[in-house]
Amino acid sequence: MKPLLEVDGVTLRYKIPGSVITATEQVSFTVNEGDRFVLLGPSGCGKSTLLKAVGGYLKPSEGRISIKDRTVTEPGPDRMMVFQEFDQLLPWKTVLDNVTFPLMNAHGLSASEARAKAEAAIDKVHLTRALHSYPHTLSGGMKQRVAIARGMAMEPDILLMDEPFAALDALTRRTCQDELLRLWEETRFTVLFVTHSIAEAIKIGNRILLLSPHPGRVKAEIIDVDKVSATDGSAGRLEKQIHELLFTETDQAEAH
Amino acid sequence: MSDPHSVAPARIIMRDNHAPLIHPLEEKLGLMTRLWDDGFVRKAVILIALAAIWEAYGRILNNPLLFPTFSETMQAVVERIEDGTLPARAWASIKVLLMGYGVGVVMAGSLTILAINTRLGSDFLETMTGMFSPLPAIALLPLALIWFGLGNGSLVFILVHSVLWPVALNTHSGFRSVSQTLRMVGRNYGLKGFSYIFKILIPAAFPSILTGLKIGWAFAWRTLVAAELVFGVSSGKGGLGWFIFENRNLLEIPNVFAGLLTVIVIGLIVENLIFRTIERKTVLKWGLQS
Repeated sequence: MKPLLEVDGVTLRYKIPGSVITATEQVSFTVNEGDRFVLLGPSGCGKSTLLKAVGGYLKPSEGRISIKDRTVTEPGPDRMMVFQEFDQLLPWKTVLDNVTFPLMNAHGLSASEARAKAEAAIDKVHLTRALHSYPHTLSGGMKQRVAIARGMAMEPDILLMDEPFAALDALTRRTCQDELLRLWEETRFTVLFVTHSIAEAIKIGNRILLLSPHPGRVKAEIIDVDKVSATDGSAGRLEKQIHELLFTETDQAEAH
Repeated sequence: MSDPHSVAPARIIMRDNHAPLIHPLEEKLGLMTRLWDDGFVRKAVILIALAAIWEAYGRILNNPLLFPTFSETMQAVVERIEDGTLPARAWASIKVLLMGYGVGVVMAGSLTILAINTRLGSDFLETMTGMFSPLPAIALLPLALIWFGLGNGSLVFILVHSVLWPVALNTHSGFRSVSQTLRMVGRNYGLKGFSYIFKILIPAAFPSILTGLKIGWAFAWRTLVAAELVFGVSSGKGGLGWFIFENRNLLEIPNVFAGLLTVIVIGLIVENLIFRTIERKTVLKWGLQS
């Protein structure tokens, strides 16, 4: 089976005043249709930068990113983003309008078609009661769920999630994670998920790409993550193994 | 017994008590308290008190030539409205104002759009606003009179000057403060060029834009009335400023007061009614301002 997303030898560099920083070097991975692919690593491993490059916000200085064989050159609605920040909803639009807006603008749906689709997506994240509320009246968790509904309603090739639950409190984060998994069970969309939490990566992903920092390089790929379970302790063991992998890396970095 | 986990298991002790609440969940306040909580009512009371003081002072002074009482002023207002002078003069002022304001806002918009798309445009806007915003528009009137003559042209010129810089400055800083996340969301939708500006940047920067429009309006209104005091527009159909100036020359002081009052009332209506309504329907509703 041909992979959906191919990241091939991608080096990402960006300018800060006075110098150029290498965020990732020669990173390669592929994501298949229906994958819950997690980019995991400590801060400074360039995982968010990598996700933004897949989103089309920055160009690789080396290598190629392609989705369904089209090279990614600019942002587009075939790769819907869900950000960590709560201000990702347009504050001047209600929950419903926030979801219909890209449907009408990017997919050219009529108002009634967009509305039907949006209502279905909002219903899936259990926010029908907030349909006509403005974002500033919602809690952080509700905003993130609207953002997920907005992304799913667009039926993108891949959903790109940049630490979407990192700013939530622990209880809300767990419900949101469960909800994301339940939504995936229903529609089997493809998702590329960035996190720095090992537990979250194991819970969400079926494949994990482990990145080492400064600059971001692939350290390991973990497959069949969905085979481990929290009840028999295998998830805990995997968490510990990953933790050790990351720790030896920091020890080496400190020794330099 | 040796297992430490079995020594003291956690227990749940139910303490749910369904006794009636001692304090009502919600209590209605009295009519007077509710009225006094309304800012509008409190301000109305202040206005009535001020009018009463004015009336009393005018009567004690008993010099209608220098300081007419409140009732004499109100009488003058009613008479000038009935004979159509005040509405005609007010309309003459507003017409010129709208022209200048419209041209100024459109120019500010084009300048800002240029500024956000090119670095040079941004430098240009910053230099121009830096140079011209400290310059009172009224100071350009002598020049404007030479260039455009005694007519609406001169007024529109200085009005544009008074509106353009504050609106451009606020719009530009509003655009620049739009969060990186919202910009990325807009581009994620594939929005580009004008649709990106009109569908993402302008609504996101609307609080700043509205502030700019309000400041621009306030500058323009004050500048216009001041400019009209300097020269009576040709063909004897001047605005409110000229009405005030004319009546002072005729020593019709109640009419002067009536003119001043009209200037205040129009200012209040635009600032508190029109702009306030726009605010309530946009930035307040969106939670961008509280």
